[in-house]
Amino acid sequence: MFRNQYDTDVTTWSPAGRLFQVEYAMEAVKQGSACVGLRSRTHAVLAAANKAASELSSHQRKVFRVADHAGVALAGLTADGRVLSRFLRSECINHAFVYDAPLPVSRLALRLADKAQVCTQRSWKRPYGVGLLVAGLDVSGAHLYYNCPSGNYFEYQAFAIGSRSQAAKTFLERRFEGYNDYTPDQLIKDALSAIKETLQGEKLTSSNCTVAIVGRKDDGTVEPFESIDGNRIQEIIDSMEAAEEAPAAAAAAAESSSMQEEDKGTDAAPMDI
Amino acid sequence: MSRRGDWVYENNGGTCVAIAGADYCVVAADTRLSVGYSILTRDHSKICELADKCVLASSGFQGDIKVLHKNLAARELLYQHQHNKRMSCPAMAQLLSNTLYYKRFFPYYAFNVLGGLDSEGKGCVFTYDAVGSYERTGYSAQGTGSSLIMPVLDNQLKSPSPLLLPARDAVTPLSELEAVDLVKDVFASATERDIYTGDKLEIVVINKAGTKREYIELRKD
Repeated sequence: MFRNQYDTDVTTWSPAGRLFQVEYAMEAVKQGSACVGLRSRTHAVLAAANKAASELSSHQRKVFRVADHAGVALAGLTADGRVLSRFLRSECINHAFVYDAPLPVSRLALRLADKAQVCTQRSWKRPYGVGLLVAGLDVSGAHLYYNCPSGNYFEYQAFAIGSRSQAAKTFLERRFEGYNDYTPDQLIKDALSAIKETLQGEKLTSSNCTVAIVGRKDDGTVEPFESIDGNRIQEIIDSMEAAEEAPAAAAAAAESSSMQEEDKGTDAAPMDI
Repeated sequence: MSRRGDWVYENNGGTCVAIAGADYCVVAADTRLSVGYSILTRDHSKICELADKCVLASSGFQGDIKVLHKNLAARELLYQHQHNKRMSCPAMAQLLSNTLYYKRFFPYYAFNVLGGLDSEGKGCVFTYDAVGSYERTGYSAQGTGSSLIMPVLDNQLKSPSPLLLPARDAVTPLSELEAVDLVKDVFASATERDIYTGDKLEIVVINKAGTKREYIELRKD
């Protein structure tokens, strides 16, 4: 009822104790196309659904490498996200310059959150209209954080943001408990399945999604944050689809545990034809 | 040695050499760190790999050199983020020149030689003074042993007069192995007479396949 009176600028509280401008900024995040993040003990994966302004244009970049050990996926005002990515990159470089060590992911998320908070307490600024999933690897393992325009941030095992992300969140909620022990390939498959949920009927191909991974292999070598090549993504999508079709053709009982996993995927996907 | 009360520099000695070939570049430096008439360590690298086709060797004041290398490496990382590719050697050459001139009135006490492959895959060497004046050449030596080494390189590698037409490439027609042998010979000679050069020689060879590193023992006296 009072929303319109107290929402003119970010430095005005509403009688109910809310800052409407900040909440409107969080709405902007929900308008952006979907992004998901998930992590195991050693690897973190980010995936984004690519949205192009029109058939003629290229799609917007939503996944950015911030350092060798960390990257972000964003949803919302991509321009704000680009500027924040540049900030995060320079923070990582400066930290490495002074301390000769990579910036721990929790501190990276904290710097970003503090920067976002400033914009919620200045009358001449507006909040950043972008939500970021920050994924990275440091001495304490792989991490995934979600930073919102309000300046809040939380660590997650798996999360999804952007439009139609609820479908992805539902998918992830059913499966996240096993993620700590997942292999990188399993994480990638689940990330792609989660993105597929948000596409709502549209076919998942390597041209309408981006996937990036960072992690530490069993032998200790670090795989730096990198987007996965389109051809490889298409291979994984094809193998996922082949596995989905096989149980549908086979008899009632699933034949192997891996097929069972895909089977559960089939149950969760409403658009499976 | 009497110095001004406010003299903030120190020369840690050492020599750096680079030779450019048709499709390779050799960058070499000794590994001795000295101060005054003493040796601080026999095993200190003066070489910094800034990009996959770009290597910097610097001699002079190690305090300034360490920071100069760190600065350039950070700028290269930023370039990678912004342009989605590694910095080319000629681009790094210009960046180094600008970085040095930026401190024209409190210079980096660093004598630099930048070596690598240019965008066409040909070897290139850039040689600098302390405040950023630079030139692309086919070979160069900097540091305490440079005056001993440069005449020998001129003798072995200098292209005929620049007045000759058609213009001849400054890069040497020598093969990679011949260039590395030449580098080993000149360092052995410089080590004989220059007290600041010796201990070990670090040789980095950059070619299409990547980067190779080699260590050769030098006289330790």
